[in-house]
Amino acid sequence: MTRKYDVIVIGGGHNGLVHAAYLARAGLDVCVLEQRPLVGGATVTEEIFPGFRYSVFSYVVSLMRPDIIRELDLPRHGLAILPLESTLTPLPDGDRLYRDADHHRTWREIARFSIRDAEAYNEYGRSLFYMARAVKHLLGIAPPDPARLGPRDIRGLLGLARHFLDLEPDQLHMLVKLMTMSAADFVDEWFETDVLKATLSASGIIGTFLGPRSPGTAYVLLHHYMGEIDGHFRAWGFAKGGTGAVANAIASAAREAGAEIRTDAPVARALVKNGRVNGVALANGDELHASVVSSSLDPHRTFLDLVDEDALPDDLLSAVRAYRFRGSSGKVNLALDAAPDFTCMPGHGPHLRGAVSISPSIDYLERAYDDARYGDFSREPYIDIVIPSAIDPAMAPPGKHVMSCFVQYAPYELREGTWDEKREAFGDTVVDTLARYIPNIRDIILHRQVVTPLDIERTTGLTQGNIFQGELTPSQLFFLRPAAGYAGYRTPVRGYYQCGSGTHPGGGIMGAPGKLAAGRVLADLQRGLGRRRGRISTSGPGRRGR
Amino acid sequence: MLLGTPFHPRTAALCGSRRWRNWSGYAAALSYEPGHEYEYYAVRSGAALFDISPLRKYEVTGPDAAALVDRVVTRSTLDCPVGRVLYTPWCDEAGKLIDDGTVQRLSPDTFRITAADPCLRWFQDCALGMDATVRDISLDLAALALQGPTSRDILARLVTGADIAELPYFALTECHIGAAPVTITRTGYTGDLGYEIWLAPEHALAAWDALIETGRGYGIAPTGLDALDVARIEAGLLLKEVDYVSSWTALIESRKSSPYEAGLGWTVQPRPSRDFVGQRALKREAANPSQWALAGVEADWPGIEKRFAAVGLPPLVAGRASRDAVPIYAGAARKGGRAVRQIGYITSATFSPILKKYIALATIRRDFAEPGSPIEVELTVEFVRHRVPARVVPTPFFDPARKRG
Repeated sequence: MTRKYDVIVIGGGHNGLVHAAYLARAGLDVCVLEQRPLVGGATVTEEIFPGFRYSVFSYVVSLMRPDIIRELDLPRHGLAILPLESTLTPLPDGDRLYRDADHHRTWREIARFSIRDAEAYNEYGRSLFYMARAVKHLLGIAPPDPARLGPRDIRGLLGLARHFLDLEPDQLHMLVKLMTMSAADFVDEWFETDVLKATLSASGIIGTFLGPRSPGTAYVLLHHYMGEIDGHFRAWGFAKGGTGAVANAIASAAREAGAEIRTDAPVARALVKNGRVNGVALANGDELHASVVSSSLDPHRTFLDLVDEDALPDDLLSAVRAYRFRGSSGKVNLALDAAPDFTCMPGHGPHLRGAVSISPSIDYLERAYDDARYGDFSREPYIDIVIPSAIDPAMAPPGKHVMSCFVQYAPYELREGTWDEKREAFGDTVVDTLARYIPNIRDIILHRQVVTPLDIERTTGLTQGNIFQGELTPSQLFFLRPAAGYAGYRTPVRGYYQCGSGTHPGGGIMGAPGKLAAGRVLADLQRGLGRRRGRISTSGPGRRGR
Repeated sequence: MLLGTPFHPRTAALCGSRRWRNWSGYAAALSYEPGHEYEYYAVRSGAALFDISPLRKYEVTGPDAAALVDRVVTRSTLDCPVGRVLYTPWCDEAGKLIDDGTVQRLSPDTFRITAADPCLRWFQDCALGMDATVRDISLDLAALALQGPTSRDILARLVTGADIAELPYFALTECHIGAAPVTITRTGYTGDLGYEIWLAPEHALAAWDALIETGRGYGIAPTGLDALDVARIEAGLLLKEVDYVSSWTALIESRKSSPYEAGLGWTVQPRPSRDFVGQRALKREAANPSQWALAGVEADWPGIEKRFAAVGLPPLVAGRASRDAVPIYAGAARKGGRAVRQIGYITSATFSPILKKYIALATIRRDFAEPGSPIEVELTVEFVRHRVPARVVPTPFFDPARKRG
């Protein structure tokens, strides 16, 4: 069976769907191929245990680009982002650090530890606002390559230079620090309270195989601050219906624009002939043809699995082989019979509607990393907890809860044994850690889903279970993502594009790679395929008429 | 969640209006009765009692205490005698306002500074290399303001250990109210005769009760922030984040103000020997003045009346003070008509019950800041915007002799 499309998008995660939606809106005949029975990739909600809905992998939203939400009209397609306003860090001694939208209460809470830190906290937030504002520009442009200096690169670099020259000198200095320092050193310049420093620098280790004291993690911290909801930086939210609702909204927008989305359709390889792509072969042997194929899979899959090595230059192949995935995190999803009862904040309260961070000290996080460096999961892991059912009642039956625990570190490569053997031991470690802060946790667990890096890889296809399609460290960002010279969404195979989180500006439920890659595809088509010129509109909302 | 101040058991019982504002995380009464008119007149004809405990307070001690305070604030404090209080702002190194408050000199080596917002880290960092200690004593001190013509008589009857009647304007004294040791400063935020009382929280309720009891025959009234806002505008006193934006909260450069731009040029006292923070930048600004200035504005009442009368309404501008920015225009005679351009904006405005005028504090172009400059202010009547005549006037708008006398 063959069928000819304008564009085939491999992978129905949020970036593949965003990519498809933009191309379909431009009038192209687009088909998205998703291996699983449902769209979303790592952005899915699944009812693993009856009545309880888990955001199985990714669990919070902030980075989703506002322009994409607006242009694809995602609220009309069902996207609602509920606020996640607080962060509770319980301490082993029964104390806690609780921060929320009540500015003065947060001040008082930090002042219990240090008045100086409470004051520095405002300044810190303001400084990161400037940084996020400075970097926001980068999120919306394809990365110019300073080593190539084509006309587009020069234009892009000049724009960037102008942008950064507008920064105050101290802001520019801070940006350089963020790109080079460790998260722990960076927050050390501001604060003296260990628990505050630990919780802030925890944003710097998420999704990387690095500790808070490893250089480069300060950037990851900034990456998590760039999120914007309704114009406010740093705001994190929870998608009503779980993160799967984000993917479903984008899929709905793509379908409305005319895209076809096929699930249960794993792709075996891209069809390449004479250095040009002309379609894909599905795992079932079917072939689908298109002059453009965009892969939203990670660089490993895009270049090493889907395409023959001889179609690609050596420098790209070796760069992709050296590209760091190093999955370092797992998930434990719990169905609970009642609300978790925290020693540090007993009973119900607004803290249940926010994030809970198990990050009592920098040393705690660093020790957790120490275990992982030598191939063990952390005996006392960093855990980022949200309780979606406390925010969105549709996630669990009345009075019951779902609890999402992002756990780090869980190294993909274990020193001993396999993840299949260690899965439940890992789950037990997480529950034991939780029990130190939530005494009733063991009594209320109705169901436990343990997601190891291996499970992430098996289910979603993300290499080594890296949630960002590769670490977000400075050496793998911007014009180096995924590889020097190959960062512009094109590939050496004509017509074959990359549009996943393994491209600029990287991971998180952002959608920017998918959109920016769509811009690249459309520009190339307009230039190269004159006969289509009448059909392609890069701006209009155009529903494809057929 | 809002906290109660040490006076909360009393203020909560009295606050029949249930109108509270978040003041630095504390519940502060906007008015005790549903409207604030009676409370306003307590300021001007009796004695208004305000709970001002949410102010931030800092204590500076040590051999270099005087040198530190002198380094931080724009007014020279080295020569400030013990027992004096100074109003002063403080600036960042670029000479932009951070905050403002009072500096009390309690002893040669002890100062107390009040601030609107937290400044401990700043004061401590400014103390680098000095033998001085800065402590946040916000929670150690409750505070009341007793403001109005009869405030002196009330305190004179109540206070032991000091002759309040002889306490000069901007001076302080240590004394007792009943058993409670208190510091009394002749300061306030109303531009009237008035005092501020600083005391340990455990004595708060006894002092409150004594003041209310003694003040009964003198027209004392617990008073909220709505009345205070009217009074402070009449007195030409600035409110941080309303009449100027702190350089710590301004997200863009153009929102920041220097003391000169905020009408506080008189507090800038360059030191010959050792610079205060921001001195160099302010020296440059003094030589090359900014185009912005603070001005008092008085709107033409008949002009306002006329606009309302045109739609059959009385002038609906009385009531609470407004903190909404309102554009100010100036018209220039031009060939072929008048060109009107915006030359600034009102930051605080109120109808003054005592002056029977509509007055405002404004930031405007320096060329229009001279008293008497004819300007126009925007006025919205029945959802339609108009411009009404106004003029620049000196501040304070209301300045009774009793304030200093």
